[in-house]
Amino acid sequence: MIARAESPIRHLIRPALWLLVIVPAIVLAAQLLLDQLGAEPIEALEHASGKWTLRFLAASLAITPLMRFTGWGWMLAQRRFLGLAAFFWAMGHLSVYIVLDQFFDWPAIAEDILKRIYITLGMLAFVLLIPLALTSTKSSIRKLGGKRWNQLHRLVYVSAIAGCIHFLWAVKKDLTEPMLYASVFVVLFALRFLFRKPRSRKPKSVPPDASVSLPAA
Amino acid sequence: MLIRRPDDIPFSDITPETVYQNRRAFVGTAGALALGGLIAPSALQAMRFDRGTQDDKVTSEEDATSYNNYYEFGTGKEEPKELAKDFRPMPWTVNVEGLVKKPRPYSFDELVGKLPVQDRVYRHRCVEAWSMVIPWQGVQLKDVVARCEPLPSAKFVEFTTLYDPRRMPGQARAVLPWPYKEALRLDEANHPLALLATGMYGKALPNQNGAPLKLVVPWKYGFKGIKAIVKIKFTDKMPNTTWNDANSSEYGFYGNVNPLVDHPRWSQAKERRIGQFLKIPTLPFNGYASQVASLYSGMDLRKYY
Repeated sequence: MIARAESPIRHLIRPALWLLVIVPAIVLAAQLLLDQLGAEPIEALEHASGKWTLRFLAASLAITPLMRFTGWGWMLAQRRFLGLAAFFWAMGHLSVYIVLDQFFDWPAIAEDILKRIYITLGMLAFVLLIPLALTSTKSSIRKLGGKRWNQLHRLVYVSAIAGCIHFLWAVKKDLTEPMLYASVFVVLFALRFLFRKPRSRKPKSVPPDASVSLPAA
Repeated sequence: MLIRRPDDIPFSDITPETVYQNRRAFVGTAGALALGGLIAPSALQAMRFDRGTQDDKVTSEEDATSYNNYYEFGTGKEEPKELAKDFRPMPWTVNVEGLVKKPRPYSFDELVGKLPVQDRVYRHRCVEAWSMVIPWQGVQLKDVVARCEPLPSAKFVEFTTLYDPRRMPGQARAVLPWPYKEALRLDEANHPLALLATGMYGKALPNQNGAPLKLVVPWKYGFKGIKAIVKIKFTDKMPNTTWNDANSSEYGFYGNVNPLVDHPRWSQAKERRIGQFLKIPTLPFNGYASQVASLYSGMDLRKYY
């Protein structure tokens, strides 16, 4: 049953994910050009790009538990793609902040990062994604070795937590939405913990996928 | 009008670590930045933005009536316009209470009717570091205060927003301790700049902007400008105010616009004028210092924020 169901998904998943990354960006750009982002388009872009970052981060973290449930090993190929998608949205988010919001006012940006803890955490969340994006190539996996690569990529947990607190702290009073995002990550972390692989002496955890053709990173 | 640019942040405040961190971020985003930096600003300016200027051009009516902080009608900026569209402000009664000659309910007309109508174009500075320029119509608050006949012992005046979750759906959730309350010192209330707005852009005050009666105190942050006022109470003690109760380290009783006193989570040195691209410097007392600074002479404005 599963074997039969998986094959169309398997072939459609990558184009579908590409669409998922690109379409929101196109929609936002169109809304911006058509002046459909309200009175404060810069804030709207900032919020949208930040939320897409968290969504793709959550999606990439959902792959491992999903594979353990379904046994669909080919899903692993999507994990780095989704992680890179999160990184690109994070770059967009940071670019909106630096270019549109602050317009390269470096002293103000430095002050923000130093003094406003939620921005400090946002920067931390982004900076932690940089080594992960840089080592997202097949050759990096080979160079580092699967075990060390996996260890390095555990930074994504710290980044996700920092990202969630960044969102929670940025909000003035109504915490509903950031709490919703944070609880998704809590569930994802809990699933990883509950359905972790039993400890063994042999190579463990999910092997990094070396079989995938990647978008340039 | 006093126009003084706030001091730049001293360079000594910036540590090498931060510069280093910034630089890494910059390298990481170089591509997007180069593209964004070249295209976005010019494109945005061509589309809807002017460059940041201090010339106080009136904000578009569309923006001023669709980007509102009015948690009684939802915490999103665009929600009040939608959720308040069926709100019927009339008939309206305001209870005048406390240290007055004769506490009693006033109809809307009794309270503001036949007072000289004022046309005032004021800068509006939100504590969230955005701002607008809004043409208000209304009456001077001091005329209303006089009509209420406060006793000599009255030192403060407290305002309360309508509490009616059936009419104000945002009140179904305890986002803030309802009903919303704000207050002024009596000398602030009697300042000629303080206004009770009943209209804007030459029309009746829209529901999402606080119909039928909204306080406008242009030298203070927008949260002081309480909306849909149903109670005016005169007291001899400093009243509690809603945002101060909700988070006293971030929102003080006075709420005077002050570029030198940052909000704990963001700088107040600059603001984005809605409709403009570049941020502009925020002025002490929102540019009304020459008129109002004397109200606070001798006060430590860092302490009384």
